[in-house]
Amino acid sequence: MLRHVLAGLLAIALIACSRDGSDANNPYPASDSSRRIVYDFFSERPKHLDPVQSYVENEADILYQIYEPLYDYDFLKRPYALKPQLATAMPKVRYLDARGRKLPDRAPAGRVARTVYEIHIREGVRFQPHPAFARDDKGGDGHYLYHALTPGDIAGKYMPSDFAQSATRELTAEDFAYQIKRLARPGLQSPVFETLKLIDGLEELQAQLATDVKQGKISPAGWIDLRKYPLRGVETPDAHTLRITLHGKYPQFVYWLTQTFVVPVPWEADRFFSQPGMKQNNLTLDVWPVGTGPFMQAKHDANREIRLVRNPNWRGETYPCEGSDADRAAGLLKDCGQALPLIDAISLQKESEAIPFWNKFLQGYYDQFNSARMSLASFDSAVSMPERGGLDITDDMQKRGIRLQTEVEPGVRYYAFNMLDPVLGGGENAASQEHARKLRQAISIAIDIEEQLAVFYNGLGMPAQGPIPPGIAGYRDGCAGRNTVVYDCVNGKVQRKDIAVARKLLAEAGYPDGRDAKSGEPLILYFDGVGSAGGRIDWLAQQFKKLGIQLVPRLTDFNRFQDKTRSGNFQILFWGWGADYPDPENFLFLFYGKHARSKYDGENTANYINPEYDRLYVQLKAMDIDDPARTALIDRMVAMLRYDAPWVFGWHDEAFFLRHAWLQNTKPGRIIRSSRKYQRVDTALREQQRHAWNRPVLWPAAVLIALLLLGGWQMRRMVRRREARRALPVVDTKALPGESS
Amino acid sequence: MIAYLLRRLLWAIPILLGVNLLLFALFFIVNTPEDMARAHLGVKRVSAESIARWKSERGYDKPLFINTAAQGSKRLTDTIFFDKSVRMFALDFGQSDEGRNINHELGTRMWPSLALAVPSFLLGLAIAISVALLLALARYTAFDALTTVACVVMMSISGLFYIIAGQFIFSKLLAWVPISGYQPGLDAVRFLILPVVIGVMAGIGSSVRWYRAIFLEEMGKDYVRTARAKGLSELRVLFGHVLKNGMIPILTGVVVVIPTLFLGSLISESFFGIPGLGSFTIDAIQSQDFAIVRAMVFIGALLYIVGLILTDISYTLVDPRVRLQ
Repeated sequence: MLRHVLAGLLAIALIACSRDGSDANNPYPASDSSRRIVYDFFSERPKHLDPVQSYVENEADILYQIYEPLYDYDFLKRPYALKPQLATAMPKVRYLDARGRKLPDRAPAGRVARTVYEIHIREGVRFQPHPAFARDDKGGDGHYLYHALTPGDIAGKYMPSDFAQSATRELTAEDFAYQIKRLARPGLQSPVFETLKLIDGLEELQAQLATDVKQGKISPAGWIDLRKYPLRGVETPDAHTLRITLHGKYPQFVYWLTQTFVVPVPWEADRFFSQPGMKQNNLTLDVWPVGTGPFMQAKHDANREIRLVRNPNWRGETYPCEGSDADRAAGLLKDCGQALPLIDAISLQKESEAIPFWNKFLQGYYDQFNSARMSLASFDSAVSMPERGGLDITDDMQKRGIRLQTEVEPGVRYYAFNMLDPVLGGGENAASQEHARKLRQAISIAIDIEEQLAVFYNGLGMPAQGPIPPGIAGYRDGCAGRNTVVYDCVNGKVQRKDIAVARKLLAEAGYPDGRDAKSGEPLILYFDGVGSAGGRIDWLAQQFKKLGIQLVPRLTDFNRFQDKTRSGNFQILFWGWGADYPDPENFLFLFYGKHARSKYDGENTANYINPEYDRLYVQLKAMDIDDPARTALIDRMVAMLRYDAPWVFGWHDEAFFLRHAWLQNTKPGRIIRSSRKYQRVDTALREQQRHAWNRPVLWPAAVLIALLLLGGWQMRRMVRRREARRALPVVDTKALPGESS
Repeated sequence: MIAYLLRRLLWAIPILLGVNLLLFALFFIVNTPEDMARAHLGVKRVSAESIARWKSERGYDKPLFINTAAQGSKRLTDTIFFDKSVRMFALDFGQSDEGRNINHELGTRMWPSLALAVPSFLLGLAIAISVALLLALARYTAFDALTTVACVVMMSISGLFYIIAGQFIFSKLLAWVPISGYQPGLDAVRFLILPVVIGVMAGIGSSVRWYRAIFLEEMGKDYVRTARAKGLSELRVLFGHVLKNGMIPILTGVVVVIPTLFLGSLISESFFGIPGLGSFTIDAIQSQDFAIVRAMVFIGALLYIVGLILTDISYTLVDPRVRLQ
């Protein structure tokens, strides 16, 4: 037994030492140690990598490295600035009236029947190498090698690289047209179809395709050659010009052109993956994207690792040279003019739990930590909060060379009042609406967001003064930007109003000291949430108690919670919104009446309906992004929201990023998802640090072996003693009766 | 015996059907097809039309058990239950709700699960039996008392604690093995050592106590006294007689779990990043992927039935008095 244990330990030691001198606890292959690979993680397997369907952050981190939209945001500029990516310039926009006549550039929305975006696409851009492009004459007009495969041909093949041949071809405007048509394809669920159906003819195309499916002409399971289906609103006058026509005027459309819903998808790839037998082997566009970007997916083991490697066909780009003084001081301009990408590969490891992730980060096996993506296993050991405010990293982190960066995220968290509720919304009667408004205002003052952030979120967050977060047009800093219903300006600083103001408002609302002025009954409100009761719910109840209001939590699972929000069966809930694009319209639309959750299943969770606000919103939506009149309109709308208080404006999350010294060129910016190509990694420093931090401590192994030996020896002694022991005590037979002589 | 086994296998069909029926009822009480669609489509900008399309394309727009709108046998066959259940009896689990091939996933994920579960099981069994025999040998001594107390302590500690403490001590402080992760081939050993050791540690307390009780009971029996009277050494008595007879109740508890080793460990795989069937199941539950949950429950039930049959067979092997009829 002991021999076997020792042999096992020896085997373990041999395996541990057999890694060419690399550290025994290094989870990566030794051959990767000198490669410029950035290590990061994913906690949930990507559900969709099809650019039509994908709409979540962890998938965007993969997709935006592979696909290139027409436009992107400048890596360093803040506020976010658009720049052409696959387009050669910003789109030429033409407004047409109902008769098709050209209108002036600043034409009012009411006159605009159609908007035409004309975009010139870069020439010479090629797709990543892929078997879908392979032809029998190496790129000529020969037939495609892998477009008529049988399930037998596909057997044993689980990734594109399992096919012997691959090729590429040049990007054309048709590839964009093909992808836009895919938004309407049966079998694909695009989350933004409702928004993008303003592309002229897209809705009709969807109906046409659905009819053809019903008539058996096409099957969602097979390949649908979308090239044969015309789409009125998308034209390609030549190979490198894309013309998109929209119904009406929607200046925010340009932001959608920065997203993967409008990227080039080659028909060959769609055809290739639609063949029988492909889906059974997980060979689909939803798993294996085919793009023109700086990286391509080389490995998709969603249970373990997703690896992106350089795309040898990438058109090339250089590191930006324009940045702020802060960027220069942070060393973000050192690589000015360098050819991108600066790394060879991105290895995304599956990591479900926070504790192992954090420990591996400290060991140097992950290059960065982002608090927005993974909860911090040990906040206090990593980050300190100095008295001057803000965040700092602890001495231990500093010794390791870890750097801290923070960003107030382009999003907002809020408590929503259900405006359909008679108590909180006020119903139809003007007087009761006024009472309800005062009640909402009183609650807005009473819920101390600053305290909530300090107690439950380590102070990470900026109390919101309205729906628009910092960095987005319409946001104002300091006293000028305060929510005057909830905050005062004291000595130049924004300060929450005294609770007495809230009590006064409550009394005016008809609930002095939290009791109905007429019946004397206590005011009871219900908070609908997810999960189980705990400190946060108790804290929230205490906030209401300051006004004498009883808050009753109604907690349930997420599905039931969603049911309640959809049916309007709630009074107060807690929710949030993260920006799709950096424009105030993307926040102000959350209050548009035609987006009311209960009636239209939209994003207006509070079911706030205000005809005047709606009128202004429609006006805003149609205004050009750079229209100077927009600011005044936004101010008016925000003021209206503060006064009506359909939300208790909570806070804007503050994310923090920790990165090791060897990882360079990281700048927080959640809207920019293509930033991997700018990152640089100093592999020599990483290796050196990893060795220093992960030297195996061997003496406990010696102690363990010694203990086992000692234990074994003791066992042996005990067994021998037992063996040698007599079964019965020694009896002097002479002393027995009858034995005496 | 063959007739008995055949009978048991035939009984498995209604059992599996019942398990499936119960699973469908429970799953759809908690999650409606609309909930599933929303879980898959996300929470932003989801329209009623896209939910309807999602349900229709996956066959979740049909009634659950009885289609009152259909005629004849279609009242039962044109339902979610029939659509999703029948193929499973041919072990064809189809596509996950995300569109991935479940059979392929099972085929690839089974091996990491087995690589973790089999050594944990065998090593745990060997160590537990050895320690229990030692305790039986050293019964009623201070060593016995101390080890029994240690076993109770080990039983009382949560498995999660072993994992977190193990990762902290062996991976972070001592830097002997990786904290989590997995590589195929021989390199997998580095990633499996710690979870295997922790798996053994977490389970050993209860096993040792149980096996010790079995061995002590056996040691009080007449055949042991006879063996001793014959002059056999204590070790011969222990290994030659007590162990053999003690294995009958041990087998009852052990053989039944052998087939379920395929299913992997839910917590260990998640914490150690082992891409097995345990983490597959956890991910599916979290993402409300009913197709995967259904497949895993079906396989679990099937393997449990196989385990019970194997237990019956093992009785006949270790105890000649038992005959299967």
